[in-house]
Amino acid sequence: MSAAVLEARGIGRTFGAVRALTDVTLELRAGEVTALVGDNGAGKSTLVKILSGVVAPDAGRILLGGEPVRIARPHDARALGIATVHQDLGLCENLDVVANLFLGAEPHRWSLLRSLRMERTARDLLASLDVRIPDLRTPVASLSGGQRQSVAIARALLGEPRVVLLDEPTAALGVEQTAQVLALIRRLRDRGLAVLVISHNLADVRAVSDRIAVLRLGRDAGVFRTSDTATETVVAAITGAGAAA
Amino acid sequence: MISAFLDRPVPGGGRRVRLPRPSGGEPGALPVVAGLALIAAVFGSLNGHFLSAENLTNLALQMAATGTIALGIVLVLLLGEIDLSVGSVSGLCAVVMTILNVHRHFPSGVAVLLALGVAALIGLAHGLMFTVLRMPSFVVTLAGLIGWQGLMLYLLGREGTINLPFDGPVAKLSDTWLPAWLSWTIVVVAGTGYLAAALLVRRARIRSDLPVSGPVPLALRTGGLVVLLGAAVAVMSGDRGVPLTLVIFGGLVVVLDLVLRLTVPGRWVYAVGGNAEAARRAGIAVLRVRLLVFAGASVLAGAGGILAASRLSAVNQSSGGSDILLNAIAAAVIGGTSLFGGRGRAYAALLGILVIQSVANGMLLLNVDSSVRFMVTAGVLALAVAIDSAARGGRR
Ligand SMILES: Nc1ncnc2c1ncn2[C@@H]1O[C@H](COP(=O)(O)OP(=O)(O)OP(=O)(O)O)[C@@H](O)[C@H]1O
Ligand SMILES: [Mg+2]
Repeated sequence: MSAAVLEARGIGRTFGAVRALTDVTLELRAGEVTALVGDNGAGKSTLVKILSGVVAPDAGRILLGGEPVRIARPHDARALGIATVHQDLGLCENLDVVANLFLGAEPHRWSLLRSLRMERTARDLLASLDVRIPDLRTPVASLSGGQRQSVAIARALLGEPRVVLLDEPTAALGVEQTAQVLALIRRLRDRGLAVLVISHNLADVRAVSDRIAVLRLGRDAGVFRTSDTATETVVAAITGAGAAA
Repeated sequence: MISAFLDRPVPGGGRRVRLPRPSGGEPGALPVVAGLALIAAVFGSLNGHFLSAENLTNLALQMAATGTIALGIVLVLLLGEIDLSVGSVSGLCAVVMTILNVHRHFPSGVAVLLALGVAALIGLAHGLMFTVLRMPSFVVTLAGLIGWQGLMLYLLGREGTINLPFDGPVAKLSDTWLPAWLSWTIVVVAGTGYLAAALLVRRARIRSDLPVSGPVPLALRTGGLVVLLGAAVAVMSGDRGVPLTLVIFGGLVVVLDLVLRLTVPGRWVYAVGGNAEAARRAGIAVLRVRLLVFAGASVLAGAGGILAASRLSAVNQSSGGSDILLNAIAAAVIGGTSLFGGRGRAYAALLGILVIQSVANGMLLLNVDSSVRFMVTAGVLALAVAIDSAARGGRR
């Protein structure tokens, strides 16, 4: 088993009176899909936001390849090779697909956008991911939910990241599009990326993950190997019924 | 028969009105251009003088100042914000320029640059209050509207009016007319430049195996551009010629449009206006973009104020006052800038101010009372906002 690429140790965060996370530890390994599960409000998105520099932790350390790193801004995470698809996707609906893919990292020369290069790269990237969008210059506002999800994931892959964090990538999708996204996640794993997937759908989790980390009320509630854990055990950890295995 | 109907997607389906979307996602210039044609037809038939060379040239002369201010409004609207202070800032900036020039004997160019610098600082102050202190832009610039007008009145002192020398460079600005040959050169250069740029992009796209539109739309657009510019030049050359201030305003519109569409900061303005949180997460310096936009809006307001002072050859207590602010905002919105942020182009300022000035001008010719003029302008504005809202609804 490979060593952890990304480690979060003793992470804590409060929002006013709400303790969103308390002493949470998480390890992501290269070539492995880790599923993060837990009930609504368990703190999953908050943990992802901390790892991606959107929210600052009150306590804890983050290690990348064993070295402690500081992730104060989204830019820091990106520079370290941590790419994130947030629960709300974070797309600009008024901009077209190409502009969204390169948002904040537009290739340029003398601050002039290199539109052709962007469009070419976008086309090739989406083709390699088997994403079908007829016109890359339509505003994202007019895309379907699955297409938007694909654009958001594709964007995360543009910077050639080592770690990909996906916050509920299949929540709004139909059966076929879910299958496509899961296939996409497997391909990321096969490329050797460390992948974190948040999902409420335990069938999806079972289908795609290697390990399952459970959060309950902002605290660790166990880490399981997917292949030798029964779904009931995971459910019990999520709901807190009975002792975690 | 029935199943054939059911199988086909209903055009314009959905609950809301779907508007034509020539440029993908935005209502585009179509409604405004149609409106302008309607205005020309109505006033032209009601008053023979409306479409005369002299009147159209006057109209062009009237547009530049408020149009430039409207350009700044387009910028802040793209962020989804508002700047209510542009009228006051335009007046203050004009007064600062005039005092520096007339009382302190700075050369005109230096006075203009210093005044624009003051405007930039004012915009920066607005931006800082908006971003760092998190005050709503509406309130910040409402305070600006009152405060900067107060400062302007203070600077004007008891006399209340300062005249600019009639033969000075600033006043001359509004009394300079392009000779016909120069105007026609501009038309030719603009037309060939547009065509050449489009052809180059087209060739590069074909080389990269990217989709291109056919040659016919390109030819039509180039032809349309040349015909429109040519018609304008032909008309104005029949009178005094093309006013320099109109060329300045037009140049600002074109430059701002290119900056917004082709540069990184321009792209970021649209991104922040579309979804500020997404922009922040993507690593865009949202704060800097906002400061830049507020500073830009104030500088454009200042430039508009200087153009207005040039036209009047003076500044006085009503500089930047009365309906300038409202006309500038109305122009930006009528021209197609969305109030909801992230949608619109710099050309909105040009199209919108054309609509507003031609309505005002036409009604003045017809001797319609200003009360009616206000109501008609309000109607046009309401219609523009309705179109904006419906277009937004259609996308949701
Ligand atoms: N910006 C914030 N301000 C205040 N409270 C917050 C904020 N973000 C999260 N919280 C709180 O922190 C807790 C954890 O929220 P989080 O979004 O991480 O949950 P989640 O596990 O992702 O839930 P879901 O499955 O519904 O997405 C919740 O109680 C939430 O109300
Ligand atoms: Mg969540």
